[in-house]
Amino acid sequence: MWPNQPLRKRPLILLLPCAVAAAVLLIGRSACAGAVTPEDLKKLGEDDFDSKSEAITRIVAAGDASGRRLLEAVRDGNAYVASDGRILIQADHSYADPLTGSPVNAKPGDLQEITLNNLLREQVAGALNALDLKSPDRATRAAAIQSLFDHTDPSLKPLIDTARQAEPDPSLKARLDQLWAITDLQDPDPKKRLEAVQLIGRRGDPQLRGLIAPIVEAKPDGSFAEQDSTVRAAASKALSDLNFEEWKIRMVGTVFAGLSLGSVLLLAALGLAITYGLIGVINMAHGEFLMIGAYATYLVQQWFQQHWPIAFDWYPLAAVPVSFLAAAMAGFMLERAILRFLYQRPLETLLATFGISLVLIQITRMVFGAQNVQVSNPSWMSGGVMLMPDLILPFNRIAILIFALCVVSVAWLVLNKTRLGLFIRATTQNRTMAACSGVRTWQIDSYAFAFGAGIAGLGGCALSQIGNVGPDLGQTYIIDSFMTVVLGGVGQLTGTVVGALGLGIISKVLEPFWGAVLAKIAILVFIVLFIQKRPRGLFALKGRSAEI
Amino acid sequence: MKTDLEPPTTAARRRLPIPYQRPMLSQVSALLLGLLILFVAVYVPIAAIVIPSTSALHFSAYAMTLIGKIMCYAMAAVALDLVWGYCGILSLGHGLFFALGGYMMGMYLMRSIGLDGVYHSPLPDFMVFLDWKALPWYWQGTEHFFYALLLVVAVPGILAWVFGFFAFRSRVKGVYLSIITQALTFAAMLFFYRNEAGFGGNNGFTDFKRVLGFPIAATETRVSLFLLTAFALAGSFLLGRFIVISKFGRVAKAIRDSESRLTFLGYNPLGYKLFIWTVSAVICAIAGALYVPQVGIINPSEMSPGNSIEMAIWVAVGGRGTLFGPIIGAFVVNGAKTYLTAWFSEYWLLLLGAIFVLVPLLLPGGIAGLFRKRRFRRSP
Repeated sequence: MWPNQPLRKRPLILLLPCAVAAAVLLIGRSACAGAVTPEDLKKLGEDDFDSKSEAITRIVAAGDASGRRLLEAVRDGNAYVASDGRILIQADHSYADPLTGSPVNAKPGDLQEITLNNLLREQVAGALNALDLKSPDRATRAAAIQSLFDHTDPSLKPLIDTARQAEPDPSLKARLDQLWAITDLQDPDPKKRLEAVQLIGRRGDPQLRGLIAPIVEAKPDGSFAEQDSTVRAAASKALSDLNFEEWKIRMVGTVFAGLSLGSVLLLAALGLAITYGLIGVINMAHGEFLMIGAYATYLVQQWFQQHWPIAFDWYPLAAVPVSFLAAAMAGFMLERAILRFLYQRPLETLLATFGISLVLIQITRMVFGAQNVQVSNPSWMSGGVMLMPDLILPFNRIAILIFALCVVSVAWLVLNKTRLGLFIRATTQNRTMAACSGVRTWQIDSYAFAFGAGIAGLGGCALSQIGNVGPDLGQTYIIDSFMTVVLGGVGQLTGTVVGALGLGIISKVLEPFWGAVLAKIAILVFIVLFIQKRPRGLFALKGRSAEI
Repeated sequence: MKTDLEPPTTAARRRLPIPYQRPMLSQVSALLLGLLILFVAVYVPIAAIVIPSTSALHFSAYAMTLIGKIMCYAMAAVALDLVWGYCGILSLGHGLFFALGGYMMGMYLMRSIGLDGVYHSPLPDFMVFLDWKALPWYWQGTEHFFYALLLVVAVPGILAWVFGFFAFRSRVKGVYLSIITQALTFAAMLFFYRNEAGFGGNNGFTDFKRVLGFPIAATETRVSLFLLTAFALAGSFLLGRFIVISKFGRVAKAIRDSESRLTFLGYNPLGYKLFIWTVSAVICAIAGALYVPQVGIINPSEMSPGNSIEMAIWVAVGGRGTLFGPIIGAFVVNGAKTYLTAWFSEYWLLLLGAIFVLVPLLLPGGIAGLFRKRRFRRSP
């Protein structure tokens, strides 16, 4: 429907520049033009509100920029009708024609403001929002959708329908679909309503549940808002479908969030369980090994940024061994320099390791500053898998889950399939007997401590991908890792794995009911009670080795 | 059913020789303690009120708050030493009892602000802020001083008793017990941080106006609080001494040194541990209750796990297993902290960490151990 169609058809080469100019001009204006005619505008000037409403509908249907300008003027009280029926808009003390924008001479005494009633005012606001749906700016569109949600006007349905087909952004498109379904639900034709209800049911998006809930709801006098019984039946079916869908999504989401938290706890607690099982000492500085691993990751990232930016996406591959070695070295030195002299005195070791953690935190603060440092995800770790409309599994969480499983497997292999692991297990179970058989238990202590610290370093490397890296990183996780060890029992991996994943899932199951903080309190209290029943954890070592 | 393993009858037990019981205080230390108390009771009021602030002998408000605060810490240290040094239970949760006592006293102090708060409401300001219309049930009656005192003793006492009963009954001990007490403290801290808990959330209680009708910032009130704290410290020292030299205290020490052997001898450690644990918690709570009106604020950060661990280091530095050691330790560590955080704040944490590491390594008996002829006996 190009108004200049005939012009284009002329094959006169001389007119071509004119045609191009005209086309550019037209494209510069609105592309869609069921052009508003001055006749339509005249209706806006009439006293009858119904005519005004009709005119507004026409303007919206045309949907061009000049119509928008006019509607804004009407909203702001800057639109006037002259005595000859022309519509003018006022801008900066001069008057202009709303269609062309060209200035028009008019005497103020000749003009009368176009008045609106509340209904029309709402219609104008809705119309402006509907026009905003075409805006190239995403934020403007989002705001328009939001306000249309607040005041839904069925007459805007065609506009919403075109907008939702053109919308490039998936999240906004989903919202527009909902909006469209709302407008359709109020359609006078029961068939249309039935179709809308079925559409909502099929979409399987629990967010839409609020739309059809009122349909099946009986009013106090026993009648229904929805007259048609087939629509009601369809609505109640859609509703139960949606409920089931939501339940499924929530279950999958909870289990995933729980496993994700559990994997983090697992990485944090694994090393702790090994060292506690071996030397019977809770290492309060264990959290700081996490911190060392995270800062090592940060340094590796910095190095890649500066010296090898092409390979930046693969820096975690280098960060994994570096963080392991950094934390393992720190653990080894600590064991040789301090902890070795405090064996047999577990409570004092607790204090000494707390002191070490204070020193490490303060040194980190002095070297790297008290602020968090920025560790960015490589590009392949950002984003996520969208399993369901409402459930996105972030890649970095999945990566950490897999990483945690790898670390556990490696730890299992080291402990069960290597000579070092054999010695570690022997020393854990019976130190004296191991020493009698020729195991150099004092060396095993160092290696095992370094190994546990290194695993914590790996945990820090993983945590740097999902959380803040700061001097207090370790403190955030230390109590949770204690709880994991206490729950799972010491000296073997199974307990820690079960303890960590169990704690993760339990916290995530409780969180929706009680909120994060109360859930945490509940878990701490639960563990305090649990320890009454099983003082040595879920998977306690049995027999002589049980008395550490 | 009669067995050969019946415990001796009361008469038979009376005939058993009771080992030598040390005196409550040696004559010298009794004299020293008496003189010290007399000195404080006479000197402090004169120095603070009568002597003008220009004089070098004047006892400034700053010094009074500081020393008063450290005396409260010293009480907590004595309490912790009772369980750690004499019973072998390292609690990392005494900060909880300290803060609970403080909160109970804080409730009374908040109520005695009356209508003088920012919002001129009978409710505490933070409740007005949260738009609460009435006091929660646990705030009922807290405007009465003696009821508040009862709460100071009862709430931490009952909590400690219940927790201790379950923990000691299932023989949770050693490092596990420490971790569990820490978890309890941590959970309580999270709870008190919440606004819905009704304890002022993040900000806790502050802006107190008066205690028992006396303005809280007045020098006379502060002197009274200071003296009260000094007497309470002396009292808890004597109470601790009374407990540890009694037969009861000997059993407690036996628990510390070898709980299994004591069990084989027919003792049930539960009652001993539970009693000392509860007494210790109550002393700690009283210290907290004296701390709050002097410092003028109580908030959940007092419950942070780090604070409780710091208490342990006061005891370790001073020397656990002695009762005057923790008092010295509290003064030394907190004195150093006050001095160093003012001048080299960056290095204080380094030094504190170093103290934590070096004291167990090089000075297992603490400062008190230096004055002992015997080598301090290691204990788990």
